[in-house]
Formats: sequence, C-alpha cells, structure tokens
Amino acid sequence: MSPVSFKLAEMESWNRPPVVEPHGEGELLEIAMGPHHPSTHGVFRMDLALDGERVVKLKPVFGYLHRNHEKLGEGHSYLASMPFTDRLDYFCSLTNNWAYALAVEKLAAQDVPERAEYLRVILAELTRFQNHASAIGFLLQEMGASGTPLMYAFREREKILDLFEALTGARMMCNYMRFGGCRVDASEDWLKQTRKVVAGLPAFVDEFEAFLQTNEIVMARCQGMGILRPELAVNAGVTGPMLRATGVNYDLRKVDRYGIYDRFKFRVPLGEHGDIYDRYMVRMLEMRESIGILEQALKDVPGGPVMDPKAKIRNFRPKVGEAYGRIEAPKGELGFYLISDGTGNPYRYRVRPPSLINLTVLEDMCLGQNVADVVLIFGSVDIVLGEVDR
Amino acid sequence: MKTVEEIKASIEAAVPGAGVEIVQNPGPAAQHSLLLTAEKAVEVAQFLRDDAELALDFLSNVTGVDWLDKEITEKVKVTRTVAKTVDGVEQQVEETVEEPRKRVEPGRLEVVYHLYSMSKKHGPVILRMRTGNRTDRVELPSMTPIWRAAEFQEREIFDLFGVVFDGHPDLRRILMWDEFKDHPMRRDYVEPDDYDYEPTPHDEVLAKAKAHQEKLAGTAQAAEGDAAR
Repeated sequence: MSPVSFKLAEMESWNRPPVVEPHGEGELLEIAMGPHHPSTHGVFRMDLALDGERVVKLKPVFGYLHRNHEKLGEGHSYLASMPFTDRLDYFCSLTNNWAYALAVEKLAAQDVPERAEYLRVILAELTRFQNHASAIGFLLQEMGASGTPLMYAFREREKILDLFEALTGARMMCNYMRFGGCRVDASEDWLKQTRKVVAGLPAFVDEFEAFLQTNEIVMARCQGMGILRPELAVNAGVTGPMLRATGVNYDLRKVDRYGIYDRFKFRVPLGEHGDIYDRYMVRMLEMRESIGILEQALKDVPGGPVMDPKAKIRNFRPKVGEAYGRIEAPKGELGFYLISDGTGNPYRYRVRPPSLINLTVLEDMCLGQNVADVVLIFGSVDIVLGEVDR
Repeated sequence: MKTVEEIKASIEAAVPGAGVEIVQNPGPAAQHSLLLTAEKAVEVAQFLRDDAELALDFLSNVTGVDWLDKEITEKVKVTRTVAKTVDGVEQQVEETVEEPRKRVEPGRLEVVYHLYSMSKKHGPVILRMRTGNRTDRVELPSMTPIWRAAEFQEREIFDLFGVVFDGHPDLRRILMWDEFKDHPMRRDYVEPDDYDYEPTPHDEVLAKAKAHQEKLAGTAQAAEGDAAR
C-alpha cells in the first residue's frame, strides 16, 4: 500500500481541493491522461491518481501549445497583434477581436460608430451561438454519442461560418475588428442572408432540445455530476456559463454594458445545482437569448460609416497609460490588459484567458468521481487549448 | 463605488500601518491603482474581500510587468569653490552651476491584480506590488489563500517573470517545462542558441544547436592553443 501524501491538505485555507482518502488495501494507479487523449480537445494532460475507478488526485498539466503570445504582442505594433488574437480561442475569433479592440479603445479613448457597434453585436452573438452549439455537440461526443450530435451542431455552425466568410474573408481567422470600428462594411445582401440564417436557428435549438433534454443517458450521466459550489466558483474566478450554472448572476453584457448591449432586451439564464446538466442547460438557454439579441439587432442596423473617420490606423501611438478591457466571451470573461509607454508597441500585453482560469476548479469537481466522468466534467468546462496555453 | 482615495482611507482605517500608495494612471482610461507593501498585502487583501461595502470577491486578472533599470539624466545644482581672477586679484569664489548627472533607477518586477465585486457589481480596484529588484529580492506574498483565482495566474508569473510567491500552495512552472531555466517574459530575455533542453530538436533548431556546438568546440580549441603557447 502506498500512502499518498497530500501537501495541499496541510493548508488551512477552505478553498483548497478536498482530500480524498483511498479505500481499503492496494496501490493507487497513477495515469497520465493525455496529451493525446481524444477527450482533451487538443494537447492537454491530466495526471490522475486512481483508487480503483475513483479519482483521488488530479493535476492538470499545460503548456503543450505555448507560443508566448504575450511576448509576441510586445514585439508587434498594436494593429499587428489583431490577427494573433484570432488564434487564442480559434472557435470564437470575433469575440477575441472585440475584446482586444475594446481594450485598445479604452487605452486611446477611441469612439466607435453606431453601425460598427451593431455589426459587432451581431457577430459576437453568432459566435456565441456556434460556440455553445459545438460545445454541447462535443459534450455529447464524450458521452459516447459518437459524431451524430456533433454533426447536427456543425451543420448549423457551417451556416454561420459561411456568413463570417462572406463578410470577413475567413471562416475562423476573421481578423475583422479595428480600433474604432470594423474593417469592411456589411452589404445589404449580407444582412439579408444573416436574417435568413437567424430565422432558421430556433428550429435547430428546438430539435436539439427534443433529442437531448430528457434523454435518459444525458440525464443519468450529467445530473448531480461534477458539482461546483457558487462560493468556490466566485473565489476561483470562474466566469461564463460555468459560473452562471452555479446560480451566480454575473454576465458582463449586463454588468459592464459594453458596446450597445444596454439597448437589447435579454435574460441571463441561471442554473441551480452547478452540475454538468446545468451547464448544458445554461448554454442551451443562452443560445435562445442570443437569437433574441440577433433578431433585435438585425431589425435596425443604422447606416453610416463602420470606421471612426478620426481613428488612427497607421502610426498608432496611444498616450502613456494603461487599460484593462473585458467582454463576455462565449467561454467566460476575456480581458486584455495593456500598458502603453507612448511608442507604437505595447509595453505589456496581457490576455486574461477564461479557459485557463475556469480549469482552476477542475480538480475540485473531479475528486471522488469515477474516471469515466472526468471526461464529461472536463468537456462541460468548454475550453480551447489555444487560449489555455497562449 | 468608492474612489481610489476613499478606498485608501478605509484600508488605512482597517489595517494600521498598511502604507498604501496611489499610483496614478495618466492615460484616458484613468484606472488608478493602489500600491501595497509586501508585509501588509495579505491583510489588506483580506480586508478588501471581506469588507461589506467593498466586497471585492472576484479576482479577475493577475499579471506581471517587468521594469528594467532606467537611466535618468537630470540636472543637479552643484556648489564648488573655483579660483577666479576678479579685478586682477586671484580669489577663491563659490560658484553654483548646473551639472547633468546620470542616475540609474533600479529595475523591478511588478505584479498587478484586477479586482471586481460580483455581489455588488462594481470595479475594478487595481492592486500592485513591487519586488525589491529583478535578481535576488523577488519574493512577494501570494494572494492564492485569499482568492483561489490567483493560483494558476501566479504560477504563470513565477514561470514567465520569475516572481517567487510566498505562501502559494503549488508553485511550479506552468507553461514552460520544469527543466527550463530562464524567464521568457522578461524584457531582457535572450533566446538561447544551444537548445540542449529542447525536447524534440528538429530542422532549424538542430542546425542552430549544431552551430552552437561548433562555436563551443572552436573556443575550446582556441583556449587549448593559448595554453600550449
């Protein structure tokens, strides 16, 4: 019998992962799950200690995709970093663009014209929709529903990616927003096409719900699994759907009201138990709210320029100072912290990655559960390794 | 929400000897921050989290900043005695002149915390801490016991900047591998050319490593030659 020493247990802090005592005799099995495990969505490793099927220790290991994104940002001009932000969370490049543009606009006190604000909201909500749909698809994939639900989600995602391609020229690496607006204007045709796609989205959500909501396997494997307590979620800086599934009402679209989100009517879906099923439900309901926002935004897109004519593109040198801008990205709070020293490159360029910080509580959620459920719990966090490792 | 000055006053009332200073942000964002001393930082942080009015329960962002040694040239007034000929008589006269003098402001590592309140829905309150220098006095207290959100982010600062956090429960490298020596986010970081530690050297990397080996062999030969002579 090998005694496992838990150094963390010696800490008195209440916010540490609990200590799980192994049952009975026998040795603990230590396995490395990943970095090429199909459930890890990329290159990510979990070092597990198992007592039979039960997890008694879990340590996440990062860095396989580390590119030192922040150092790259310091070596490039403000504008040149914009395409790099696409590569953070490559499912949601447009919200990454927006977060970075927002931080720079704060740094340089730059205004954004009406039409660009509307386009930003439309693109961000489309991004949120396709991210949540694929996240649920991947979750089902990990539950053993190999391929089919994911393809239902990807069918819808494809339509949205086609819209992105028509507007920005790229399906995933959009590089669309600029400091003080957007790169190109949307044609009437594009708006018409978008309205058509958005009109078809509720039917997809209905269909998805009919298949999944009361599905016996989904309920058996998700309900009461991977519970996260609200006080720990707040303390550990968990944000996004994962936080709201625990019942904490904190959505930056309501709190900060960045952009023009104060003009739209929408509700913030909240969970009650903080388990996998609640996370799934919150994403499902958020998709419906996104459709509502899209319908309102598409109704009255104003005319006018998409770039502030006074905005400086070349030779952009913000005054000495610093700014922290954040938005509600599909995965949580995405923030950019910039320090300007008056030159063309930022002195410090920092990304606050929601994916990485949401993983802080992974161990707490998985301890004491079966190893097969670790896959599900991990899938319900919804991460992209490009953003975790940067 | 309270202004930075008011927060400073309430911290000083609650934590005696806190020694909080306000760091102005000259930019248009005007997000001013509070500079904490390492000794009292944890106490102040606990007050900020638990105070009913501030209730800063959400630590959003933790990051490091590297400030290099700065050479400042300033004019200093110097009084000295000089020999001068006044009215044909040589005299010792006191004279004040301005002299440019160079002063080196020592560099430091800085850690920045962005706090918000989820219950009160306000923020940000920005905290900063500074290390003594960039080499041997790089310890700062960890905020992980107060806000768990700092756990991975402080590990990242330890990894990429080399700030050592006292009281962190699990301070290991997070993004670079354990055998790595340097801190890549420092401003004066130079990419090494040997790549001995590269887990899977290939192509360009291999060529670079070979060149490095040749360079090493060359210097070794030259040294041998020197010794023979």
